[in-house]
Amino acid sequence: MADLTALTGQALAEVGACGDLAALEDVRVRWLGKKGRITELLKSAGKLVASEGPEAVARVQKSRTEIQGALEARRAAISRADTERRLSAERIDVTLPGRGEESGGLHPVTKARLRIETLFRRAGFEVAAGPEIEDDFHNFEALNIPANHPARAMHDTFYFPDGRLLRTHTSPVQIRALQEHGAPLAIIAPGRVYRCDSDMTHSPMFHQLEGLVVGENVSFANMKAVLHGFLQTFFERDLAMRLRPSYFPFTEPSAEVDMSCVFCAGKGCRTCKFSGWLEIAGCGMVHPNVLRASGVDAECFTGYAFGAGIDRLAMLRYGVNDLRLFFDNDLRFLRQFRSFSA
Amino acid sequence: MKLPYGWLAEWVRLPWEAPELGARLTMAGFELEALESAAPEFTGVIVAEILSAEPHPQADKLRVCRVSSGGATPVQIVCGAPNARVGLKSALAEIGATLPGEVRIKAARLRGVESQGMLASAKELGLGEGASGILELPADAPVGTPLREYLKLDEPVLDLNVTPNRGDAMSVLGIAREVAALTGTACTGPAISVGAPAHDEVLPVALEAPAACPRFAGCIVRGIDNRATTPLWLRERLRRAGVRSISPVVDVTNYVMLELGQPMHAYDLGKLRGLIRARHATPGERLTLLDGKELQTETDMLLIADEEGAVGLAGIMGGLRTAVSQETHDVFLESAFFAPEAILGRARRVGLVTDASQRFERGVDPSGQVRAIERALALLKPIAGGAAGPVRVAESVSHLPQRPPVALRSAQLRRLLGVEFPAARVQAALQGLGMQVATTESGWRVTPPAHRFDIGIEADLIEEVARIVGFEAIPETAAAVAQTFRRVPEERAAEVALLEALAARGYQEAITLAFVDPALQARLFPEAAGLSLANPIASDLAVMRVSLWPGLLRAALENLHRQQERIRLFEHGTRFIPQGARTLEIDSLAGIACGARLPEQWGIGKEARGPADFYDVKNDVMGLLSATGEGVAFSFEAAAHPALHPGRSARMLRRGEPVGWLGELHPALLKSMDFTYAPVLFELDLTGLALRRPHYQEISRYPQVRRDLAVVLDEAVTLSALTERVTLAASSLLRELRVFDVYRGPGLEQGRKSIALGLIFQDISRTLTDDDVERLMASVVADLRESLNARIRE
Repeated sequence: MADLTALTGQALAEVGACGDLAALEDVRVRWLGKKGRITELLKSAGKLVASEGPEAVARVQKSRTEIQGALEARRAAISRADTERRLSAERIDVTLPGRGEESGGLHPVTKARLRIETLFRRAGFEVAAGPEIEDDFHNFEALNIPANHPARAMHDTFYFPDGRLLRTHTSPVQIRALQEHGAPLAIIAPGRVYRCDSDMTHSPMFHQLEGLVVGENVSFANMKAVLHGFLQTFFERDLAMRLRPSYFPFTEPSAEVDMSCVFCAGKGCRTCKFSGWLEIAGCGMVHPNVLRASGVDAECFTGYAFGAGIDRLAMLRYGVNDLRLFFDNDLRFLRQFRSFSA
Repeated sequence: MKLPYGWLAEWVRLPWEAPELGARLTMAGFELEALESAAPEFTGVIVAEILSAEPHPQADKLRVCRVSSGGATPVQIVCGAPNARVGLKSALAEIGATLPGEVRIKAARLRGVESQGMLASAKELGLGEGASGILELPADAPVGTPLREYLKLDEPVLDLNVTPNRGDAMSVLGIAREVAALTGTACTGPAISVGAPAHDEVLPVALEAPAACPRFAGCIVRGIDNRATTPLWLRERLRRAGVRSISPVVDVTNYVMLELGQPMHAYDLGKLRGLIRARHATPGERLTLLDGKELQTETDMLLIADEEGAVGLAGIMGGLRTAVSQETHDVFLESAFFAPEAILGRARRVGLVTDASQRFERGVDPSGQVRAIERALALLKPIAGGAAGPVRVAESVSHLPQRPPVALRSAQLRRLLGVEFPAARVQAALQGLGMQVATTESGWRVTPPAHRFDIGIEADLIEEVARIVGFEAIPETAAAVAQTFRRVPEERAAEVALLEALAARGYQEAITLAFVDPALQARLFPEAAGLSLANPIASDLAVMRVSLWPGLLRAALENLHRQQERIRLFEHGTRFIPQGARTLEIDSLAGIACGARLPEQWGIGKEARGPADFYDVKNDVMGLLSATGEGVAFSFEAAAHPALHPGRSARMLRRGEPVGWLGELHPALLKSMDFTYAPVLFELDLTGLALRRPHYQEISRYPQVRRDLAVVLDEAVTLSALTERVTLAASSLLRELRVFDVYRGPGLEQGRKSIALGLIFQDISRTLTDDDVERLMASVVADLRESLNARIRE
């Protein structure tokens, strides 16, 4: 049965020549279908045995299996090629932008403030708030700044006709917090404050951070540790800090807080006026008069307070060189701060 | 306060160069604000003498001078100064010299005559205004010496910031005392020697307000020449300290004030009438001051008066009537102590903050009056001559400031500073500041010197010890922290979450000023009277905002003007609502959307390119409201707002309580404010965004069934009216109700609209049958026909 070998060869050749599934199906029908040529051979198995001997059937069946296998392999190959063609046709330009809304962002001052709040909360401080419209008592009197006090000249105060005022610092929150919660206490009070002053480096509204810790043995040394710790964590830098004697009516002793310049690492640059230091906060031990005005026993308790400009901290942290940018609300500026809050 | 280094060196040994001195003083509480030379940079200027001065052949106002500059041959200089005269020693800028302002001196021809340099004026050398003409140097000035060397113009001048509690340090003497305390040396000034009185005339002074003026030293000097020139060294000292030279008498009193901190005043004796009184002003009393200003006094102001009335506002400024002039021959010198309380605030009230008032307000040494007057007499004599009488002191000792001792406990020192200093160091620090220190069982009893007004309590002494020992000697000590828990209410949304929710929807946070333009606010909120500032910084920043909208609208407009076409801004801040005598400060969150619905991009429909409208922003707002965990509690009702489009504004309610507004800017405002697209605004009170604690609801295991319904309704029927009926009629098995189309147009009658609803039913305990759902749908349809005159579209 020399022609079985030839037949098989022909079938395999046809399978190999198929370019798509339909042609392949035709080949399958032609050879292995109900009336296919191999099928026909098997149908006449008896005749075959008679003419070719008992192994003939097995040979045909082997040939059938061979063709079957070739068909399946071809089918897989064709579908793989089909899929590849389709996927290739479906290719997109992944560099085109995505569709829909773009994200906005938080104001850099808010970012700095939220970061400050997080740092202080982790250190055990609570965040307190107070009214922006204050009375003379909370903004001045209770803070040991009586009428006519020269320190009032340093506060360019916005007044209302009835004598109330816009708070010139966040320090009134010290009084309110102590009146409400008493000692011991550890708070920060970030907030908006107002002074009638407007130029390159002053905005009539700005942001201050107040801090107050009152307890039985709270010391200047504790204050130094907290301020230095805060500055180091806020700027994520191992910067130096120094306290310089100063004067605030509501603290005694009082100090200005300088930190080594974040731009030149203390070597001296324009930002630090070549001093290597940046004035960043004021602080001091709470004046006994302030404790008393807030109803706290000034013999039992001691405390410290500090105040810093949030806008200034934000400027230094984010490299903003003009305070007024913060309040211009220029989208080209604001959009530069579109990252998540850390 | 400007402090020439050399002046200070006359009073205390200075172991440090100026920069180090400045650093030390800074760390002692006197911040060095600037360190400058006594004169700006210039080179090539020497002392020269005018040998001859001939008229210029071509110009009336010019002279041709032969000037000796110390060399073998004189140089020829053409000079236009009227005081260029033979024998005058002046400043010669030689060829090649550089004067302040990058002026280079070259050989020049002036009207045909050669000039080999320039004779310079004080102004040209940056030495102040000076008199007109070229600089006049003393006759003994050595010709040929560089001017900088001769006048010591490279002397450093320290500009120190003296805090208001340290009036005692507002002088050369005051800073010298500090340096002495820091270096552990003594502070010794120049010897003051006054001869015996030349006559015995005195002017009686009555202390009629002894609490305000408890000490008044006076002295009559007769026969002075106030036309004399104040010597250059004294004028230079004044200039370097920032004070202008006026006349010998005034210069000397200013010099004494700068040196000793004791302000003085000189009266023209010939114009004084009779007895001097230090008294309070009488009602309505007027006084013309030195500067010509007519002052309406107030009765809490202290005056110096003679028999004809006020001659000075004590401690602030003298009067015009008795002012010294060039013609003055006889003067009465005043060196008084005025109590700070008698001066405080008055100067600022009348707008005359003077060197004197600043010192008296902060406290002048009550024991220094005689010394000051003697110093003045000693300085004045060689300049203006004259015969001084005795120094007469009127005083009320019981009214002088007392300096009671203050107890300092070593335990409290340690407790407040958090560090232990050796007792000897504490004692030395205090004594170095002139305090008397006695040891007690618990520490020390400390009596401050007369000049210190700021030492009243223990903490003041602790500060002094820390200051002198140095704040750097105090360690950084972490406090022991108790681990305590505090309540954090879960109904309060974290601020950052609210802000970031809006940011995620494309809004950029703004911070606008809390005071706004009253005109704009009145147009937006005609019925709300904002709180006006008494002293606004500008007329368009004069009233407290009753809403965040004025600020946001302004910010949006400014961004439009900066060519930003699509604006989404929000702000978190306080708005101020007057309520009787109080003002409510309402924590608010507001936003503005203006411009295209989506940022310009590829692949979005035409619809998405149009301007954002009410519904876009409503979705942004709903995103916030839903995040309370209780979006269903919020409703929107059509309501009129003067700032908003009457047909496109809604009051937002939570369980019926108003929490804010949402709407399109009123067309009238749109036009006047020059917006291209109508901005949509919202504002929410943050209290309205309280969170509802989530509570688990069982999830049904049975399938849900959806039926859609298109309902034709009158335009006037709102969606909320429709959903209310549907919800009622569909029973509690209605799990969700969706609106998926609103249609008006062909196929519908005029004034009617079609709303397509998707109703999703589900039961918690069984599978709903078709029958169940059909029954529910039938009841919905019947209800809508009945209650809303609805037609169901098939």
